[in-house]
Amino acid sequence: MSKRIDVKDLNVYYSKFLAVEDVNIEIEAKSVTAFIGPSGCGKSTFLRTLNRMHEVIPGGRVEGEVLLDGDNLYEPGVDPVTVRSQIGMVFQRPNPFPTMSIKDNVLAGVKLNGKKISRSDADSLVEKSLRGANLWNEVKDRLDKPGSGLSGGQQQRLCIARTIAVKPQVILMDEPCSALDPISTLAIEDLINELKSEFTVVIVTHNMQQAARVSDKTAFFNIAGTGKPGKLIEYADTATIFSNPSVKATEDYVSGRFG
Amino acid sequence: MSATTTRKTPNDSRNVQNPPPVARKRNSLAKGHLPRWAVPGIAAAALILGAAASTLGGFSVATLAIYTAIIFVIASTVITTLVEGPRHGKNTLATNLVYAAFLLALIPLASVLFTVLQKGMPGINTHFLFHSMNGITGAVDNASVENGAPVLGGAYHAVIGTLLITLWSTVISVPVGMLTAIYLVEYGKNGPLARAITFFVDVMTGIPSIVAGLFATALFAVLLGPTARMGIVAAVALSVLMIPTVVRSTEEMLKIVPNELREAAYALGVRKWRTIAKVVIPTAISGIASGVTLAIARVIGETAPILVTAGLANNINVNVFGNWMATLPTFIYYQILTPTSPTNVDPSIQRAWAAALLLIVMVMVLNLGARLVAGLFAPKKGR
Ligand SMILES: Nc1ncnc2c1ncn2[C@@H]1O[C@H](COP(=O)(O)OP(=O)(O)OP(=O)(O)O)[C@@H](O)[C@H]1O
Ligand SMILES: [Mg+2]
Repeated sequence: MSKRIDVKDLNVYYSKFLAVEDVNIEIEAKSVTAFIGPSGCGKSTFLRTLNRMHEVIPGGRVEGEVLLDGDNLYEPGVDPVTVRSQIGMVFQRPNPFPTMSIKDNVLAGVKLNGKKISRSDADSLVEKSLRGANLWNEVKDRLDKPGSGLSGGQQQRLCIARTIAVKPQVILMDEPCSALDPISTLAIEDLINELKSEFTVVIVTHNMQQAARVSDKTAFFNIAGTGKPGKLIEYADTATIFSNPSVKATEDYVSGRFG
Repeated sequence: MSATTTRKTPNDSRNVQNPPPVARKRNSLAKGHLPRWAVPGIAAAALILGAAASTLGGFSVATLAIYTAIIFVIASTVITTLVEGPRHGKNTLATNLVYAAFLLALIPLASVLFTVLQKGMPGINTHFLFHSMNGITGAVDNASVENGAPVLGGAYHAVIGTLLITLWSTVISVPVGMLTAIYLVEYGKNGPLARAITFFVDVMTGIPSIVAGLFATALFAVLLGPTARMGIVAAVALSVLMIPTVVRSTEEMLKIVPNELREAAYALGVRKWRTIAKVVIPTAISGIASGVTLAIARVIGETAPILVTAGLANNINVNVFGNWMATLPTFIYYQILTPTSPTNVDPSIQRAWAAALLLIVMVMVLNLGARLVAGLFAPKKGR
C-alpha cells in the first residue's frame, strides 16, 4: 500500500520563471523524507509537483519526469485526478471544509467524488481514519459538529485523517506543524512515525529538530540568490545530513550559520 | 444667527461642563476627559438654543432640527478640543458628521415608509387582497363613493402577475448568471473570452429598463408575431436586467472562497467540476442567495418594461405563456394615471397606495427570506 517516487531531471517553472532546477531524487516506499532549506528555495514548489498540484497555479509547468513506482506522472494521457487520489497532500494551514461536519470532512474524498458508501462502511472509515490521525478520542462525541470548530492542531489532524481516508500511496506534507503549538506538533510527529508503516511520507519543514526526529532521509535545497532557481544540494540519510554532510552549505545551514 | 451661537455656546457650555476641580483627582492616564454627561448636556443646551434660534425666523420642526444639529456639532467639537485636545476634537467632529449623514440618509427612507403605511393601510383588506379588478368600472367606483360604501376591486391579479413574472425571470437569470460567473471565476482565467464577457456584463448593467423591455418585445415579435404580449416576454425583459446583477454578485462571492479549499479538494483527487459544485458553491451560497434576492428586489418594481411586454390586465391570469398580465407596478401606474372613474379618483388612488404598500411588503419579505436562506446555508461556525 505504498509506492516509491523517482524524480528525474525535473525543472519547475512559474510561467517563464525557473523556480526549481534539475532535481534528481529517489524516495523509498514506506519511509519519511524531509525537505529542508531556506525560505524561497522552492521546497513547496517542488513538493507540489509530486502530485501535480503545481499546475493548478496559472502558468505552473514542469519539465522532466516523476515516476511513481516506475509510472511517469507527467506522461501525456495521465489524469492528474488519478495522480492526486494516489498521492495525498496536507497543507501548511489547516483547511477543513467549512460547510462540512467533522465526519463529512473525513469522508470528503469519498463523498465529493460521488461514490456511494454504506452507512456502516462510512462509520468504520471515519473511525479508522480518525484513529489513524490520533484524533478519534477527542472528537468521537461531536462528529456532526463543524470541522472549523476544532483547535488548529485538531484541524490539522482532521486534514490528515481526511487525506488518509482516501488511502493514498504517498502523503505529502508542507510544513504541517508551522501553525501549531509544541504539543500538537509532537502529536503530529508521532503520527508521522506511525504513518510510515503504511504510507510513503514526504514532509517540508523549517524545524531541524523535527527533520531529525521524524525523517529517515533528508534533502537540503538551496538557492544561489534571489531570482535564481532553487536546487537540490544534498540528499542523504538524515543522520549523515545532520552529523556529517558532504557539502559545506548543508553544514552551514543545519548548524544554523545561515538561512 | 449662527454667529451668535458660535460665540455664545462655548462659553456658555464650558461653564456648565467643566466639573469642579475636586472631581479631578483621578487616574493620571485618564486626565483631560469630558465627563459622561457632557454629550447629553451639550445636546440639551443645543436643543434649547436651537429652539430659541428657530423661533426667531418662524418656528418649524425642520429648522429646529437643523439649528440644533449645527449648534451641537460646533459646540461639542469646540468643547472637546478645549478639554481633551485637538485630536479628540477632530474625532468628535468626524463622529458627529458621520451620524448626521446617517440620519440624513434615514429621513427619506422613514418618510417613504411612513407615507406608504399611512396612505396604503386604509385600502388593505381581504377584499383588496383576494379580488381582481375584473368588472370594476367607473360606475362601481362612483356608486361606492356616493353611498360611502367600501371601495371594491383589488390587486390580486397584479400580485399573481408580479409573483409569476418575477419567478420566471429568476428561473431564467439565476442559472445563466451563475454559470457565467462560474465560467469567469473558475475557468476563464482572465483570457480574452472572459474579458469580453466581463465587458458586456458591465454594459448590460447600464441598460435602461425600457430598452430591455423593447428588446424582449422585438425578440418575441420575431418569434411569435408583432402582437405577442404575455408574462414570459416580461420575464425575459426582466432577466436582461437581472442577469448582470446576478453575474456580478456571484462572481464576487466565488472570488472570496479561499483557494485553499479548492486545493484541498483537488488534493483529495476530486475533479474540478465536482470541487466547484460541492465545495466552492456551498461555501459561497449564502452570499449568492442574497445577491440573487437583491437582483429580484431590483426588478420587482420595474414598470416600463412590463407595460411594453405583458400589457395590462384587469382580470386574473395565471398563464405566463398567453394573454396579458398585470403586475403591481403597472397596476399602480394605471390606477394613478387613468383612474377607473375619472370623476371620482379617490378609490383608484386608495388602491394604488395599497398596492404600493403590498409591493414594499413583498420586497421586505424577500429580503428577510434571503437572510434566512443565507443563515441556513452559511458555513457552520462554533463548536
Ligand atoms: N504562485 C507563484 N507564482 C510565481 N512565483 C512563485 C509562486 N509561488 C512561489 N513562487 C516563487 O517560487 C520560488 C520558490 O517558492 P516556494 O514557495 O517553493 O519556496 P519555499 O521553499 O517553500 O519557501 P518557504 O520555506 O518560505 O515556504 C520563490 O522564488 C517564489 O517567489
Ligand atoms: Mg513553502
